[in-house]
Amino acid sequence: MPRPGFVLDVDRSTPPMLFWRGENFSLEKLPADRSRVIYPPEPLAGLDDVDGAIKNALLNPMDAEPLPTLLKPDMKLTICFDDASLSLPKMRQPDTRQRIIEAVLEMAAEAGVDDVHLIAALGLHRRMHDYELKHVLGDRIFDAFHPRGTLYQHDAEDYDNLAVIGETEEGEILEINKRVAESDLVVYANVNQVAMDGGWKSITTGVASYRCLSFHHNPKTLQNTRSLMDRHHSALHQSLWRMGEVLRDQGPQIFTVETTLNTNTFPKPFDFLAKREWEWNAKDRATYLATQKSLSAMPLKARRKIMHSIESPYEMTSVQAGFTPTVHEETLKNVYAQHLVEVEGQTDILTMGIPYICPYNPEGVMNPILVMCMGLGYLFNMYCGKPLVREGGVIIMTHPTYRDFNPVHHPSYIDFFEEVLTDTTDPAVMSERWEKKYAEDEWYRHLYRTGNAYHGVHPFYAWYWGAHGQQHAGKVIIVGGDAPTVRRLGFTPASTMNDAFEIASDVVGRSPSITHLHVPSVLVADVK
Amino acid sequence: MRALQIRRKAVKLGLARIVSPVSPTMAAKIGPLELRSIDDPANPGGKDSVGWQQVRTRLAGICGSDVALVEGHASTYFEDWVSFPFVPGHEVVGELESGQRVILEPVLGHAARGLSLPFDGASPADGDDYSHLAMESNGGALEAGIQTGFCCSTGGGWAPWFWAHDSQLHPIADDMPDERAVLVEPLAGGIHGALLARPAIAGIENPVIAVLGAGTMGLAAIAGLKRYVPEARVVVGARYPHQQAYAKALGADVVVPGSELQRAVRRQVGGMVVGGALTSGAHVTIDAVGSNSSVVDALGMTRPRGRVVLLGMPADVTLDLTGLWHRETELKGAYTYGTETLADGTVAKTFDLAVDTANHFEAERLLSATYPLADHVDAIAHAATAGRRGAVKVAFDMRTGDL
Repeated sequence: MPRPGFVLDVDRSTPPMLFWRGENFSLEKLPADRSRVIYPPEPLAGLDDVDGAIKNALLNPMDAEPLPTLLKPDMKLTICFDDASLSLPKMRQPDTRQRIIEAVLEMAAEAGVDDVHLIAALGLHRRMHDYELKHVLGDRIFDAFHPRGTLYQHDAEDYDNLAVIGETEEGEILEINKRVAESDLVVYANVNQVAMDGGWKSITTGVASYRCLSFHHNPKTLQNTRSLMDRHHSALHQSLWRMGEVLRDQGPQIFTVETTLNTNTFPKPFDFLAKREWEWNAKDRATYLATQKSLSAMPLKARRKIMHSIESPYEMTSVQAGFTPTVHEETLKNVYAQHLVEVEGQTDILTMGIPYICPYNPEGVMNPILVMCMGLGYLFNMYCGKPLVREGGVIIMTHPTYRDFNPVHHPSYIDFFEEVLTDTTDPAVMSERWEKKYAEDEWYRHLYRTGNAYHGVHPFYAWYWGAHGQQHAGKVIIVGGDAPTVRRLGFTPASTMNDAFEIASDVVGRSPSITHLHVPSVLVADVK
Repeated sequence: MRALQIRRKAVKLGLARIVSPVSPTMAAKIGPLELRSIDDPANPGGKDSVGWQQVRTRLAGICGSDVALVEGHASTYFEDWVSFPFVPGHEVVGELESGQRVILEPVLGHAARGLSLPFDGASPADGDDYSHLAMESNGGALEAGIQTGFCCSTGGGWAPWFWAHDSQLHPIADDMPDERAVLVEPLAGGIHGALLARPAIAGIENPVIAVLGAGTMGLAAIAGLKRYVPEARVVVGARYPHQQAYAKALGADVVVPGSELQRAVRRQVGGMVVGGALTSGAHVTIDAVGSNSSVVDALGMTRPRGRVVLLGMPADVTLDLTGLWHRETELKGAYTYGTETLADGTVAKTFDLAVDTANHFEAERLLSATYPLADHVDAIAHAATAGRRGAVKVAFDMRTGDL
């Protein structure tokens, strides 16, 4: 029986806590008697018969007809699937999406459906490399569909192949991939790693146009998204759900398949990361030391390669299919069952280690903008109710924050860092002053459409993701980061955790309460 | 007198060239430059000696071309245009016997050689035939030499005094400090480079000019652009933080680290990056570095049918010119200064513009350090590593009379 998450009060006997520092780790001693550590629940048990569970979900969907009854020989069937931003790290093969799609294709074949397209729902993310597609879908699907041109990736800039479905009462225009819009049935194969994912978001962002995304991917919406992991208090999700209703009423029939994963994230030799520090045995401590020292001695590229080669032994904890909103409510229950930890009250200082990866750099570089996005966008938003840190409090992150970019994946991020962040770090100002230029830049557009680059506007979206956290925190400190780069982000550099606490004392006084969000793995704090 | 002198010694030049990348100090020690007693130079005017005056050096700058010479990197091209042994030093503020302070315009032009000017009012560097620079003149009293500082007859600024012709001398006002005046010659070079950009942007709305490098010459070009080509948006790639700060202070519109200049240019003009080069680019790029890679970079960030101005002395460069051919890029050298035509059609001497510019920007801020001649090894090493040591211009100071 996995143990639930819990809050540990730090006393003098509490060992130092593990912090991510990009492609490495550190152990940090937290002040006794005023610090607490939030530990995630242990991984839930996975389903014993994954393929059987998928089949059962397709045959017994929620608020929908069984999938086989929806399949007709002369229909246009489109299967959309989440891109490489999920899961993190990538899961061991066979990937959940492969299993779902194989089951759907089997039923489609039995029904005699021969007009089937597979579309990677990547929104404005970068196109996946072929090896990534193969990893997600398996060789059999890739080889059957890719050479025939019926497995491809959504293009939010291909206006000949986008269609307007309709408009919400708020004036938001739902514009999506034309093949999806004109399909008789759309099946969506989802991996729901956190509560933000899934639901109407899958199609209204995954196969949407830039114009459509700009209605909710903007500073105002993100500043009022409280939080990304709490759909009912998220302005982003409210907008997406309005669009979802337009899709439901005016768009193609959607059959959603959502899955949840447990948090069994790291294989050996990194499995010590999932253990609670005071439960480390001599072998764990030795493994930590050996890993930490070895990584420190390696060039950054080698470290990065090792980290990105990790394949997670995630297990599926649930699968549900059918009518999108009904399915998603069930999915959220299952996600929260894995992630939710009850926490009493807010804190003056929130500490968090920033890892080497976030949804926008699979196989790539965690550039400074993504450090901001991961810290203030994702980890800060790991709450329901109230943020873990009080308004005006201090967020302390640990990450090397090197000034390093992947020019293939993130070309516009480089210019964003040099041009936009030297002008402003205010999301509203940059949106007004710079977003259009980047969104319409022909080179970025070309690289997004034909290469493996994120859309030109994507660094803005990554920055907006942190807009609520940026607005909420009184100060953000990065420990161990490249000082000029950290300052460019609008944050304060510190060389050690103790220096960071000293710097934070200007804002929160000499004896602040401290809360450490223990990452890995993933948790959502239900702050009372 | 005791002066710094360069003699033609191939072994020393070769050794300095080998050692300089590792140790600029050692290169300066073992190179061809020596502090030694030399005979006082005779009046280079010959029998008539009309218009030649002795100039007592007050400050004499160390130019990138001087460092290249001392470190053995200079092109052999100039071997036929200079006369050994010579006293270097062509960025000079000095004093005449009358006490009048003067700036040296170092080119040994037609007037200094007793020849008729190529046109009325021509400056020393004007004209379209350089034959006079490579031949002895004034009845043999003036040997070949493109400039004072590269001619065995005149002496040069790295000595207590030297000979200069009236056509080379620009009196300066009493309120102009020596430290500012010594920057006039490099400023004139930068302004000339800046004005060579003008024909390529005529009639263009919102022209963009990229400046690659922000050492003394790059900063001089930026100053020239902001004074005399104000309609251009100036984008600068500067390697070191202090260079970036100076570039901003001189009014550059966009300043980025040198390695990011191409991207910064693209941000201004749009277009794409194909094969490492911009598909469009700056209307003009001023290469103020003059290295192999800087020329390649300049060609790759200049738009088709644009102009690349080579302000930094390029020496021996190997590059693929296919791109230049394909993009019909104009490659324009920018040597010294002369007579300029400004935007309103008026004509001015570059040196007059440079004096004005030096006063406007208070150019003394660019003079980072001065040394006595006796400390020439340290001075040359400092100048050779100016960028990474946070310096811009290094000069010899002879005002106290101590060598």
